[in-house]
Amino acid sequence: MTNQTTSRISIHLDINGHHHELEVEPRVTLLDALRDRLDLTGTKKGCDQGQCGACTVHVDGQRVLACLTLAAQVDGRTITTIEGLAEADGTLHAVQAAFLEQDAFQCGYCTPGQIMSAVACIREGHAGSDDEIREYMAGNLCRCGAYPHIVAAVRQAALEVAS
Amino acid sequence: MRDFSYLRAGSIDAAREAAALPGAMLLAGGTTLIDLAKCGVAEPQSLVDITHLEGFDAITVDERGATIGALAKMSHIADHADIKSRFPAVSEALWQAASPQIRNMATIGGNLMQRTRCPYFRDPDNFPACNKRSPGSGCSALGGVTRGHAVLGTSEACIATYPGDLAVALVAFDAMVHLGDRQLAVDDFFLLPGATPDKEHAIEPGEVITAISIPGSAAARRSTYLKVRDRQSYEFAAASAAVGVEFEADGRTIRDLRVALGGVATKPWRAHAVEAALKGKVLQPDAVRAASLLAMEGAVDHGANHYKIELAPRVVARAIIKMGETA
Repeated sequence: MTNQTTSRISIHLDINGHHHELEVEPRVTLLDALRDRLDLTGTKKGCDQGQCGACTVHVDGQRVLACLTLAAQVDGRTITTIEGLAEADGTLHAVQAAFLEQDAFQCGYCTPGQIMSAVACIREGHAGSDDEIREYMAGNLCRCGAYPHIVAAVRQAALEVAS
Repeated sequence: MRDFSYLRAGSIDAAREAAALPGAMLLAGGTTLIDLAKCGVAEPQSLVDITHLEGFDAITVDERGATIGALAKMSHIADHADIKSRFPAVSEALWQAASPQIRNMATIGGNLMQRTRCPYFRDPDNFPACNKRSPGSGCSALGGVTRGHAVLGTSEACIATYPGDLAVALVAFDAMVHLGDRQLAVDDFFLLPGATPDKEHAIEPGEVITAISIPGSAAARRSTYLKVRDRQSYEFAAASAAVGVEFEADGRTIRDLRVALGGVATKPWRAHAVEAALKGKVLQPDAVRAASLLAMEGAVDHGANHYKIELAPRVVARAIIKMGETA
């Protein structure tokens, strides 16, 4: 294989089941590509330096921070954002429904990241107790302090997913 | 963030060649590098992406030890059943570090290259003086807010704390870092700041970390990583300790002891004096507490970080005593 180097890069992203082709500067993060180029603004920009979790998305099924991921790096990978969670008919994902039922937010800005993180947290098997949920949701900050309701929502969704 | 050219390495040799060029930096998980590029601390002219290389993320564990490919993710290693059973301190250091998202991104090779969280280092706009960033420019931390700064291994040029957890466990158990054909002890891979705090790692341009290996031992099998911090999770250590104990057949007398500290020094800090003082002795809490004070031999505080000198020996003692209780 040969090395490829360039100042603008063509990339292919599979996002929420849709194929996208983009040309980006190497410095463009996945977060900026999603929001500014593809109008997928559900993924939020909070701190933009890996400290708040608002930009959490899934790459190949793993939760990661879109703000510290270069779009060029995930060329060819499968990406899921908050827009891709619900069914095509609008039926909410169990975690989305649980966040609504438990009132697990105030301003809602961190919520897409919380939900994407919670989906992965449950899938990883790290939602076995409230303490474990708190530990494995620690990468998502909520400045409104809705944590008790967020823990309740993750607990509820984990039970529903298991049943 | 300044723009840079991007190169996806097609082979490890191509990565070495590209990384040797001036202004080039290797890109793995990006959790340190992209962050520092946004802060204006890292200004690469080209990034050499090695994350698409295949065959460098395997984890193999047997009686002799563990070998972990440089591209293995922190989360993968932390959850590995054999790492948990044979090297619990390594697994615990990993899952107590960063956040789940960052652990899914960060590789073990990149983890060793993690830079300090010194707020002066990270803020070139407001604090131009930083010997680590710009050799000879001075140190803004000296005389500044030093609550998080190191008390061990400091120099007149730099008091920045080594922030990581994993490497603390690695130095406790004599792990090796593999740079292709060359290998060296992880303890020697991290350099003291001395007069050249800009040089943090014993790695040369064009070298690529390919793997970490950890020798198996009874002390590694009975080990723990205790991390004390300002908040319960997703926070750097105020003080931490990786400890491993092997007992004689009586189950009380210490045959082998490993102690290393994090959050208090300019590099992962092996505490040989504590180990020597307790080897051959029966594990008793008072003796452990007295010996743990030796971890702070040579410690120098800068005011607001004085608490670390009191805190760290207590963390060491608590970790050793805990290992005794599981005997």
